[in-house]
Amino acid sequence: MPTLQTPAPNRFSRIAGIGGYRAEHAVPNADLVGPIDSSDEWIRQRTGIVTRHRAGEDVAVLDMCEEAAVEAIANAGLKPEDIGAVLIATVTFGTPTPSAASALTTRLGTGPVPAWDISAACAGYCYAIAQADGLVRSGTLDNILVIGVEKLSDFIDPTDRTISFLLGDGAGAVVVTSSDTPGIARSVWGSKGENWETIRMTNSFLDLRDDRETPFPTLRQDGPSVFRWAVWDMAEVAKEALEAAGIESKDLAAFVPHQANMRIIDELAKQLKLPDSVVVARDIADNGNTSAASIPLATERLLRENPELHGGLALQIGFGAGLVYAAQVIVLP
Amino acid sequence: MAHTEAEVLSGLAEIVNEETGLAPEAVEPSKSFTDDLDIDSISMMTIVVNAEKKFSVKIPDDDVKDLVTVQDAVDYIVKAQQA
Ligand SMILES: CC(C)(COP(=O)(O)OP(=O)(O)OC[C@H]1O[C@@H](n2cnc3c(N)ncnc32)[C@H](O)[C@@H]1OP(=O)(O)O)[C@@H](O)C(=O)NCCC(=O)NCCS
Repeated sequence: MPTLQTPAPNRFSRIAGIGGYRAEHAVPNADLVGPIDSSDEWIRQRTGIVTRHRAGEDVAVLDMCEEAAVEAIANAGLKPEDIGAVLIATVTFGTPTPSAASALTTRLGTGPVPAWDISAACAGYCYAIAQADGLVRSGTLDNILVIGVEKLSDFIDPTDRTISFLLGDGAGAVVVTSSDTPGIARSVWGSKGENWETIRMTNSFLDLRDDRETPFPTLRQDGPSVFRWAVWDMAEVAKEALEAAGIESKDLAAFVPHQANMRIIDELAKQLKLPDSVVVARDIADNGNTSAASIPLATERLLRENPELHGGLALQIGFGAGLVYAAQVIVLP
Repeated sequence: MAHTEAEVLSGLAEIVNEETGLAPEAVEPSKSFTDDLDIDSISMMTIVVNAEKKFSVKIPDDDVKDLVTVQDAVDYIVKAQQA
């Protein structure tokens, strides 16, 4: 029997370009506190959030994707026709099928390339990077457009005190290309299905079909439990990701955790004993929690504000509903 | 080695001091974490995790809300050590 031919050249992957879409409306805490009997001070103290950005009714998930993608593709020095696949991490597209990714191919004018969405909530972007890394290194695909996008404002309840006031809208995009040198280290990823309901929807769309009185599904969470998992369990995952990359925290130029809560970010940085030389992404204060979009958006901002970080090492870690998580060390584009 | 009630109290006071800067003497048994010591639930989680490590006990999320006063926490930890 002949041995099968496989593409598998010995090659690496890297992130080649980045782009972001920040939603237009800055929503201060004061605009949200009424229906939840909260205060600006309470929200700032517990979460570090000052504003979150939300998109208007006329801006859809695909519009946000398109803006971020066009910027990322240009930033990578590529054209839409060079894109080899489109991979979108989102939980707010609203249409279970067909995917946001396949719609985006025609909007962007890529070829008829593989296109699919993945559902891993706030870990979605890092999940997508893990997939893109494997597919590029194996020689299966090249120039994969990876997008994290959410329009969370479509799935919030203004009277909910558990999560809605944290959330914003946005999109971040990168292109994962082949590389002569390693640009994405092995991902450390997993799930904790026993906590399936720790971050959840109030009900399913099928409940809505069966009973029209059922309210539209919106998000809820057990905040203190999420906090505990996000800090102490994720600190271990982050350490594993450093080990998988064969580096130590002092080798990092930047730390880009999912932007969920400033207290989580600060406590994670403390647990990891990051030296002062490591720049920590703190986009959360202005931008709120944008789920799958938060890491690429925070990275885009870090690079804009700290150009010396280009080419440095960053540890990124996403974690969220599932519960699911993924972390990897990357070379910043 | 199980810690005595007095050791748990002083150990807990140290943990609270580290997290909040409150003087260890202020961490009296009758004090409520939220109402008297002004500790929010996020700081409380940090205190709980550090207490788990220090006293080698498990304090599940669902039990944390029952730890209203310092004495509640001391009792919980003393009992959990024996389990
Ligand atoms: C959501 C979060 C801000 C809630 O804060 P918390 O202090 O843990 O809130 P708790 O649910 O323990 O409630 C504590 C008190 O604040 C009150 N409270 C709860 N939510 C409130 C709000 N939004 N505004 C004002 N008060 C609120 C509660 O009623 C409670 O008061 P009581 O003790 O008098 O009953 C916080 O847990 C958090 O941010 N966790 C991390 C979760 C996260 O980032 N998730 C995203 C993951 S992808």
